[in-house]
Amino acid sequence: MNYSLITLEILAVLLGLTVLVADLWVAPATRKALGLGLAAALGCLLAFAVGSLAPQSGSAFTGMFVVDDLARYFKGFFLFAALAVVLMTVDFAPKFGAGLSEFFALTLFALVGMLFAASASDLVLFFVSLELITVTFIVLNSFQRTRSVSLEAGVKYLILGGVSSAFMVFGIALIFGTANATNLAVIAAKQKELGQSALFLVGLLLVLVGLGFKIAAVPFQMWAPDVYQGSPAPATAFLAVGSKAAGFVLLIRLLVGAVPQIAAEWHRLFVVMSGATILYGSLCAIPQRNLKRLMGYSSVANAGYLLLGIVAGSAAGSTAILYYLAGYAFTVLAAFTVISAIANHVESDDISALSGLGQRSPLLAAVLTMALVSLAGIPPLAGFFGKVLLFKSVLEAAPGHPELYALIAVAVVGVVISLYYYFGVIRAIYWGGQSANLSTIPVALPTRVVLLACVAGMLVLGIFPQGLMKIADHAVAGLSHKAAPSAPKAAH
Amino acid sequence: MDSLNSVILTPVFTAVLLLLIPGNFRVVLRLVAILGSAATAWTAVSLFSRFEAGQAGLQFESLVPWVTVGPLNLAYHVGADGLNIGLILVTGLVGLAAVLVSWNIERHVKLFYVLLLLMIAGAMGAFASLDLIFFYFFNELALVPTFIMIGVWGRGEDRNWAAFKITLYLTLGALTALVGLIAFYVAAGANSLDVTVLKAHLATHPLSASAQTWIFPLVVFGFATLVGLFPFHSWAPVGYAAAPTATAMMHAGILKKAGLYAILRVAVPLMPDGAHRWLPVVAVLAVGNLLHCAWVALRQKDLNLLIGNSSLAHMGFAFLGIASLTVIGVTGTVLVMVAHALLAGLSFALSGYLESQTGTLDMTRMGGLMRRMPFYGTAMVMGFMASCGLPGFANFAGEATVLFGSWKALPWLVIIAAWSGLIIGAVAMLRALRAVLQGPEKPEFSRVLDAGWWRRLPFVVLLSALVLFGVAPGILTSRIEPAAKGVVAAHLTPSQAAESPAVPAGNPASHAAPAHSAH
Repeated sequence: MNYSLITLEILAVLLGLTVLVADLWVAPATRKALGLGLAAALGCLLAFAVGSLAPQSGSAFTGMFVVDDLARYFKGFFLFAALAVVLMTVDFAPKFGAGLSEFFALTLFALVGMLFAASASDLVLFFVSLELITVTFIVLNSFQRTRSVSLEAGVKYLILGGVSSAFMVFGIALIFGTANATNLAVIAAKQKELGQSALFLVGLLLVLVGLGFKIAAVPFQMWAPDVYQGSPAPATAFLAVGSKAAGFVLLIRLLVGAVPQIAAEWHRLFVVMSGATILYGSLCAIPQRNLKRLMGYSSVANAGYLLLGIVAGSAAGSTAILYYLAGYAFTVLAAFTVISAIANHVESDDISALSGLGQRSPLLAAVLTMALVSLAGIPPLAGFFGKVLLFKSVLEAAPGHPELYALIAVAVVGVVISLYYYFGVIRAIYWGGQSANLSTIPVALPTRVVLLACVAGMLVLGIFPQGLMKIADHAVAGLSHKAAPSAPKAAH
Repeated sequence: MDSLNSVILTPVFTAVLLLLIPGNFRVVLRLVAILGSAATAWTAVSLFSRFEAGQAGLQFESLVPWVTVGPLNLAYHVGADGLNIGLILVTGLVGLAAVLVSWNIERHVKLFYVLLLLMIAGAMGAFASLDLIFFYFFNELALVPTFIMIGVWGRGEDRNWAAFKITLYLTLGALTALVGLIAFYVAAGANSLDVTVLKAHLATHPLSASAQTWIFPLVVFGFATLVGLFPFHSWAPVGYAAAPTATAMMHAGILKKAGLYAILRVAVPLMPDGAHRWLPVVAVLAVGNLLHCAWVALRQKDLNLLIGNSSLAHMGFAFLGIASLTVIGVTGTVLVMVAHALLAGLSFALSGYLESQTGTLDMTRMGGLMRRMPFYGTAMVMGFMASCGLPGFANFAGEATVLFGSWKALPWLVIIAAWSGLIIGAVAMLRALRAVLQGPEKPEFSRVLDAGWWRRLPFVVLLSALVLFGVAPGILTSRIEPAAKGVVAAHLTPSQAAESPAVPAGNPASHAAPAHSAH
């Protein structure tokens, strides 16, 4: 067996343990330096993961763990997200009071879960990596122990996460019972006869429940607004970016890679799910007054847009998901970096507290505006091209499926609604009300670095999509080649 | 670098340069913005004069592949022909004028000019683009600046509502058109959104009539919403009334034309069956613009709302010309677009100056201002007369050409159009002139000042272009006509295509076609 395939995961675990041990010697006053060191180490890991020294393609642990282009894409994605989160935590630290190193270590362990998820090709590893993510996030979400909303967020995530895990493990049991295997390659080979078995389909549905919880799709979105609102901003950012992307890589592996025929038969289910998620997220975001809660609903709506790629069920759809997620990561990380940077300077997370931000910090105001504009899908930022690709993939699949036209109409309505609430925040930044406090908000260097990286990412993905498109296209091509030899779309 | 790229990039670079200048160096900021927009305008003028009239093909072309992954093949492809060269010229001129009239912006000067220059760049890019994804890209570039400008520097209590209304309407229209464009991309199967590629591909693999029937309305009504086609127009007057002067000039003058341009560039030539089925509907709605909006304009007390509504009424002519599907009609439409860009820019510049002097736009409170402001008053009379369709101004040439072109196909609509456009519109304009300029002087306005030399510049630039194209529309028509033939080529019977339609006898000067005078 080729253990070198999991070098990255081993290094990340070691890094987490090192942080915990180093905590014993590092004085509380210099814990921020620990964060910077950790960020540097993560930067090295990121360079390693995307560089030519990264593990070659292959599989380990009897096919449980695969390294392919898709896995490499998501590993780079997760490492970048973790790096940004660590840097924004450094600035957010005063809000924690104590336990900064533990927060770093838990972030790293969540990252390990995501790295394993990127490579998971077996339902057991699906479950284990998702549990690792869920358990660490329970702690991360409730990290501000003195704030009841933070504790509430943790408890909500604990209970609903537990329920969804129970569904998932039940589903895996049913799949194992009927397929006699949990490996996706084996399931893919048998999908024709498995598709006849009702028990297998029920099992698959239950696994989808678990993944639906991760990505916060309707009807499993209930937790998202409360948890997003209550959790500390860096934890929310990691949840919004990392956890959602982990859910999507598993969805792609399962639905596009392993059981494309069944997914095509169920495509009406995904149409309804996607449409409902878009509408629910968009409509519920309208009356929100709390910025983080608004981002929670926006994250629900974005899960709906991402599901468009699953609905399309084609390689183009999966490419679009990968591209959209990358843009989404830069955008959401930028937004949450701003939220954590102002956390120590404004009295609340309310949108109205942003008034005067245009004067108090033109940089933060501009970056938040760009992030919201990108989320709304307006050029020249990343969100625009991602949405174009998603819409295109659905319209390509649409001939013969009138319900897809309806779904596109719903998506358009969702985008228009989303413009209303995103632009409401922009209004608050530039001309909403009079702010009594107009003192300048200082922006620390680490935060500045993250902001500029995210802005650069948004602009590059919006203006020069070629590079990442190629990578995403590659990542997806390997997938369908391997597990879906003949995947006729539309099986009905 | 004297090409189409430079008219797009000059404003972008100017905006970036402005970002690097500290915000309290106001004079420097203004100066850099003026220089940048003047350079853009100068390049646009130079492109226009070097454009070879009478040629059908594209000129000043440049192509850079953008995304080529798998079958997807998108490119940054710009080029000029008769349809857009005039629009590029007026974008330069109105952009310069918009920067020049913004001297009374006091708050966040830097942000204002950056956003304004982005709008100019977006408009230039949209008109120059031949790849539809880039057309959309550039067109949307102006959306966020519009929203922020109305909110931060806008006027009136309702500007919040107006900012959201204009943004949401424009987005809904743009997204509808985007879905139409993507559906068109998928249905055409050319793996490209480049109009030249699509045209060549569709010549051999025509799109099925049924696909055209549902894609055409998505594209056309989506883009028509951006233009303000009745009944999708209600965002325009309130948006313009609330917008700062420069934004209203850019939007009403320039960006609105992008929707029309897209319809001429894509929908009509590439989906002829869809055009046959749907353009009659557009023609009837265009009369809605001409009658309804002109009538609403008549009832306005606020000068900006009057201008906004009358500018919508003028859009009716443009749609009518498209719906006629004749070379003359389409030529007239492009002429109307160019003329109206100058006129709308001029009108909003005039009302903006008036407000800066009197502090109000309520026409019932004004009167006798001609005596205090002779230059301004003269400019206003000229501008509003141009809006009435007085011969000698470009608008007359455009509107007359449209009416000539549409007579055969849509005689009843032409009668209504001429009646409403030329009578209701004229009444509205003349009443406004009387209310503002004539009558007894009001004591509260005894301290208003006429425009000084520097402030006169934007009016002079726009008015002289209006007069030039009014006296010698041949400068434009000789450039537009070959492209207009291309637009309606798919709709002409062979015999129609053979006869070369002359420019109508609407204006004696147009026969002379003094294309050489531009060199």
